[in-house]
Amino acid sequence: MKATAWIAINVFRESVRDKVLYNLVFFAILLIGASYLIGQLTAGQDVKIIKDLGLAATSIFGLFIAVFIGIGLVSKEVERRSVYSLLAKPIHRYQLLIGKYCGLVLTLTVNVAVMAAALYAVLAYMSWGVSAEAARIWDAPALDPALLKATFLLLVELTVITAIALFFSTFSTPMLSAALTVGMYLVGHFTNDLRNFADLLDSRAVAGFMRVLSWALPNLAQFDVRADVVHGQPVAFGYMGLASAYAAIYVAMLLMISVLIFSRRDFK
Amino acid sequence: MRALATDALTKDYAVGFWRKRPYRALDRLTFEIAPGEVFGFLGPNGAGKTTTLKLLMQLVFPTSGRGEILGRPLGDLSVKRRIGYLPEHPYFYDYLTAEELLTYFAGLFGYTGAERRARAARLLDEVGIGAERRLPLRKFSKGMLQRVGIAQAIINDPELVIFDEPMSGLDPLGRRDVRSLILRLRDRGCTVFFSSHVLSDAEALCDRVAILARGRLAAMGRLTDMLPFQTRGWELVIVGVPDAAVSGLGARVRRATRLGEGRYMLELPPDVPPERLLGELTAAGAHLVSLNPIRKTLEEFFVEQVAGRQP
Repeated sequence: MKATAWIAINVFRESVRDKVLYNLVFFAILLIGASYLIGQLTAGQDVKIIKDLGLAATSIFGLFIAVFIGIGLVSKEVERRSVYSLLAKPIHRYQLLIGKYCGLVLTLTVNVAVMAAALYAVLAYMSWGVSAEAARIWDAPALDPALLKATFLLLVELTVITAIALFFSTFSTPMLSAALTVGMYLVGHFTNDLRNFADLLDSRAVAGFMRVLSWALPNLAQFDVRADVVHGQPVAFGYMGLASAYAAIYVAMLLMISVLIFSRRDFK
Repeated sequence: MRALATDALTKDYAVGFWRKRPYRALDRLTFEIAPGEVFGFLGPNGAGKTTTLKLLMQLVFPTSGRGEILGRPLGDLSVKRRIGYLPEHPYFYDYLTAEELLTYFAGLFGYTGAERRARAARLLDEVGIGAERRLPLRKFSKGMLQRVGIAQAIINDPELVIFDEPMSGLDPLGRRDVRSLILRLRDRGCTVFFSSHVLSDAEALCDRVAILARGRLAAMGRLTDMLPFQTRGWELVIVGVPDAAVSGLGARVRRATRLGEGRYMLELPPDVPPERLLGELTAAGAHLVSLNPIRKTLEEFFVEQVAGRQP
């Protein structure tokens, strides 16, 4: 356990010293800041625009960090042979994998927190001095705590994407892992459509296959409550709990398969 | 108890793109090392040395056969606490400093904060990394990385170290330092198992060596058994000897080479006792510069063993 945490801390240290990460976070904050200017162009919709763009920036840049750091977590270790000295230490292979995963989740948590803080800062600046009368036309208050719910579910989604990136990187090259992870991200937002599509099919075999596929692929759409939050619709804690539980099970399954693959792998 | 042993250890790799076929990298390797021994693992490139070391560290898994380290099966976590490993051409996280890397690795052994730092500082001193220890490893030369690699391999005061080409990338000074480090480890009771293609290193350090060729054990034993003493005779260098005295030696000298004014190098056959000849020459006014046995070198032995097994 201690060794796993120690590996996770080292991954965090690696990310913190990676210039790519700073560039990504810088651009995310820039985009969130720019949403203020775009908001100015719309009549009465400024808060909504800022929230929309801010959450979208958090989601996209979080995805970039999860994919581009996630795919390198294992493959870079193997490619550069640093895994040799590491696995000679008294650690199990699964500890290495789980430590790497936890380290990246820690990095993502900090980054998403920074981006959320930037979003709140822009919203606070925008709503500064706005009268209660003027604020009444907004669907939800500018500094709506519900934004944290959307941000939290974004982070949960990123933990699933990180697990997918890690899974692919245990057996394929970084480029292929990146392509497959982004592919899974895109498909993951349409699994409900796959299910609906299966209902329309005449062929039982194909419909069955579609259904199996829709259950096997991650359902990422459920983590997206941005539209609800921006429009002031409630997001129940029960729903968040269920979505988080789904993510936890999916991540656990992916990590288990990754560990199985990684534990049998020859480092030639 | 044996420090290390293998029993018919075999490794096949699958090669080919479409049609995978097995390629035997290591073929039924059986050997053992006693505690406290310095054991050299020699062989040309592609002989299977690194594969063997990786099998011992469970970085690759054997196709068949088995091995044990310090009385426990390969891959046993309790054994990893008691051994150290230096991979060939080591690479470490280049965003860390040497100090941070060693502290990180020490942490994996469960040492506390102060102990981690103390070990890192002591070992970096031992391998001769000075103020550079606070620089990121990306700024390190190959030789300095090799030194850091050795330091990380002994961070836990191991009972057995496995070094894959420890002299690789080192300058003569670095090689001398690593040689004396290996001898210090031996003096502390540590068993040293290292692979090398630098035969002079093996000759200077090892109690026993094994020679591997095309994945098979070609020879194994004590250096003194492999390279019998006095097989070739003696090389005698003298000064102040009259030319006539040398020419008077006749058939007792295989070859006499004049090195300069009154300075000769004489090659004696093995059946001529050098003491008697030296007595005669010193009586004629000569002074001894050096007397060395001419013996079969490990390199010659190595070539003999390996040559017949090359494709």
